[in-house]
Amino acid sequence: MNEKEYISSGILELYVYGALSKSESAEVTRMLKKHPEMRAEVEEIEEALMNLSEAAAPSNREFLLAPLKEKISQRSRNIPVRKKRTNWSALLGWAASILLLVGLFLMFKNNSELRESLQALEAENAQIESEIAEARNDAAKSRELLNTLRDRNILKVPLDGLDIAPEAYATAYYDDEKDLTLIDAQNLPEPPRGMVYQVWSLKMSPLVPSSLGLLDDFVEDEDKIFVLDNPNISEGFGITLEPAGGSETPTMEMLYSLGVITS
Amino acid sequence: MQQDLLIAQLQEGNEKAFERIYQLYATSMYGIIFSIVRDEKISEEILQDVFLKIWDNAPSYDSDQGRFFTWILNIARNASIDKLRSKEFKNKRSDLKDYDFTEILETSSNASGKIDAIGLQKYIDLLGPVCKKLIDLLFFKGFTQKESAEELQIPLGTVKTKNRVCIDKLRANISKR
Repeated sequence: MNEKEYISSGILELYVYGALSKSESAEVTRMLKKHPEMRAEVEEIEEALMNLSEAAAPSNREFLLAPLKEKISQRSRNIPVRKKRTNWSALLGWAASILLLVGLFLMFKNNSELRESLQALEAENAQIESEIAEARNDAAKSRELLNTLRDRNILKVPLDGLDIAPEAYATAYYDDEKDLTLIDAQNLPEPPRGMVYQVWSLKMSPLVPSSLGLLDDFVEDEDKIFVLDNPNISEGFGITLEPAGGSETPTMEMLYSLGVITS
Repeated sequence: MQQDLLIAQLQEGNEKAFERIYQLYATSMYGIIFSIVRDEKISEEILQDVFLKIWDNAPSYDSDQGRFFTWILNIARNASIDKLRSKEFKNKRSDLKDYDFTEILETSSNASGKIDAIGLQKYIDLLGPVCKKLIDLLFFKGFTQKESAEELQIPLGTVKTKNRVCIDKLRANISKR
């Protein structure tokens, strides 16, 4: 059957009526896809039938649209399955996004917390390192001190507290050969602000004091052992409290402790 | 092609597309329904049911099976015939074969506004009694070729070609107007 014969057979009218079997209809649909002329014919038949059936309507039913739309709006939630699915996936998407955000926030928070504790640990480490270094220094210093004190030539000179501070007890270790004197000032009171202890080497009869130096950083020094150069031939030692920077001659009213080499 | 897009949108649940579909087909479907049940109030109810069905079942419409117009035409005819066969209707109306659409056109004051029914009536009169009856059965009532042939007592083989001639006449008359 060619196109013309197909059209004039009357099958297209029956197709629009819906009077064909399922397989016949499917066949006509296939033909329509191939032949635009047939499709145009079907559209014209359809239009004529629409006009005819519109003429059979007793009145226009335009006003039914509003209530209908309201009904389908209420239904649309459960109607097209596809729509519901997209809603679900959209919901899932939102939930995932929120979870991701929360996760990211927690990770960020965690991360900065970790960074903070890492910094704290690093600081602690540095502190421990410096403490170890300090302890090593201290140990070396202690060894040195011990070596010095054990030296045969060391002379221990107790410096007793005087009236101004009876508890202000100190010890001088006098090494004549090495020209060094150690002062153990453990039991001297902390000097007031702006004042400093000054150590004097004394020569007796007549009394001639020579300054050995200041006990600087008295408060910060933990072992309170000070090593001072002493080129003098000492017969005794005295410690006075002097204004910061020290004095040329000792202020005798501020003599805290005094000791004389007896032998 | 625009029509295809509109139908695709309807199938996706687009309410705007539904509105457009209603505007395109409601009067036509109302004419079909009314020609079967012959009661405006009941026809209105059926028309609403039909469009709810169109909305609900749109995803199941398959263009390979036929025209969208044919699909909704079937829904409208079936809903009307179901109503006609229901108990509340049995006593009111005897048989659907006793009436045809031409009577409506004769009594109708003015149908859709698009088509002047009285004007159309004149052309339908020109169709002749067999064409009127044939179009009424096949199109408005959804009869099969066999049922129509039996009803009109004409050979089954002539239904298709006879109908083709009738529709040609109708198209010619409508296009002349």
